[in-house]
Amino acid sequence: MLTYPSASFGGYVDSAYRSGDLVVQPRMGFSAPETMRRGLIEVRRSGVPTVGTITLDSYTRTGDYQALRRALDDGVSLNGFPIVTYPHEVTASVLEGVWSSEFPVQVRHGCPLPEDIFAAISDLGLDASEGGPVSYCLPYSRVPLEDSIEAWARACERFAATSGRGVLPHVESFGGCMLGQLCPPSLLLALTVLEGIFFRAHGLTSVSLSYAQQTHPEQDLEALTALRRLGQEFLSDIDWHTVVYAYMGVYPFERLAAEALLRDAAELAVRGGARRLLVKTPAEAHRIPTIAENVRSLRLAAAAAAEVGNAGTSGIRRETGIYEEAGALIEAVLELGEDPGTALGRAFERGLLDVPYCLHPDNPGRARSYVDETGRLRWASVGAMPIGQVADTREITGSDLLASLYYVQRKYDRRASHEACVKPEGIEPGEI
Amino acid sequence: MTGSGPVRPTGSAEDGVMRVLLSSVPSDAHTWNLVFLQLALEQAGIRVRNLGACVPTSSLLDAVDDWRPDVVVISTVNGHGYPDGRHLIGEFRARPSSRSIPIVIGGKLGIAGASDRHRIRELVRLGFDAVFPDDSDFVELESFLRSLPTTTAGAMRSERGPAC
Repeated sequence: MLTYPSASFGGYVDSAYRSGDLVVQPRMGFSAPETMRRGLIEVRRSGVPTVGTITLDSYTRTGDYQALRRALDDGVSLNGFPIVTYPHEVTASVLEGVWSSEFPVQVRHGCPLPEDIFAAISDLGLDASEGGPVSYCLPYSRVPLEDSIEAWARACERFAATSGRGVLPHVESFGGCMLGQLCPPSLLLALTVLEGIFFRAHGLTSVSLSYAQQTHPEQDLEALTALRRLGQEFLSDIDWHTVVYAYMGVYPFERLAAEALLRDAAELAVRGGARRLLVKTPAEAHRIPTIAENVRSLRLAAAAAAEVGNAGTSGIRRETGIYEEAGALIEAVLELGEDPGTALGRAFERGLLDVPYCLHPDNPGRARSYVDETGRLRWASVGAMPIGQVADTREITGSDLLASLYYVQRKYDRRASHEACVKPEGIEPGEI
Repeated sequence: MTGSGPVRPTGSAEDGVMRVLLSSVPSDAHTWNLVFLQLALEQAGIRVRNLGACVPTSSLLDAVDDWRPDVVVISTVNGHGYPDGRHLIGEFRARPSSRSIPIVIGGKLGIAGASDRHRIRELVRLGFDAVFPDDSDFVELESFLRSLPTTTAGAMRSERGPAC
């Protein structure tokens, strides 16, 4: 049915890195096969080192295939591509001649019970997806963590078995995102590394570890540097790379501000040795971006990355112990059981992992965080997590939370309007 | 935050502190709105039980029976608030155990930016005690809660933090 690419997702990212290129990638999913195909083609034609994305719709994510079928029958557009429901011939027609060794395609979803999705991906011979038993369960669902862990174990094993067909299946952990914002770096690192260890335990030999840009460039750089060190320590026997997500929290409103935030994400990725960057678009604050807006963001990010590459990198001025905290969390969890899935489940039960502000019934819900006056993301309370003394345990009020949630938006919007005032010649009327 | 986590109620019904059951609607996975409301309500001296995102209506009704809150606050921002709210209030008012409990809904209720007066009136007609479209702020919700009969609202702490 399909011609399989000879190179793998992991291999493509690796060879781009060797040529000094950061791979940039959109989030993109359309329900109409022809639109999905056009989206992939335009991303491929963007002229920058990129991989394609097929983002799935939310009915598929929640397993509500009845509602999905109804929507398709009624001609309603979904918010992503329903890869499980479409016959494989349809998905194949989307990919044919677009997906190649020069243009890998990754399926992104957000599903805590992903067996149907991985079955479809495996049948189609696709070699890359993402998620994880914790990162796709706690933030967006009410599925018991234990069920998600079991489902992800089975899904990974099925996907891993495709390696017998000359495919190198790759899974990216979404653990570096956790609610998009206000999860301190050490916990993001611990979760993505633990999910990487979980993927390996279920047969995968090519993974990526993620980190979402947070509130402070130096802190983010320290975190990304620590993530690479942890990857070397815990996953040295398999193929892995690090991926940065451009800011996932409340996005700046002004276009110039949103672009500045994306450029900073690209700079972070290059300086921190990441090999791939998931971009955002200025449209993000208002609506789902178009294909053209995605392509524009890819080019912008790639140009920013190339500039940093030429300018060289600089080190971190001050270490704040992110590596040590993340390492302590990982070690404490792994001690809870031989099987990483069992250990992860126990860790949340006992409070050794605790995602701030996460309302899932299986999250302990005692940890709190905030953005301090210097813009760094910090713990206000660590609950029962084994990360030692936190200097200033403090109460977080509703107004504190709002200030932290909107910190990045305000910082970038304010800076953009200031720059627009002092340097008006660079801006066309109506642009901001 | 001190003490309990977001989903754990503390104390008892007898200590005179107003108790709010906070929830979203079945189709909405957003939680920052719920986290903010919990913190702001707690700051106003109100005890909160936060059911989180994607709450099936049956789970909400079970929690009402289980905890007997003074008020139910529904917050939703995914744009399905009007259809989901209509469905929810029908079941809520049809059940004897929740028929007389005050319930409000607020947030980004429709997919269009501006609020729709006609739909707000309809939600009130169907049984919501108040509707707070997305241009409302927390002070309006707090004032509404304070306006409730003294058995509940009178129990709110008089000293409170800054308005959010």
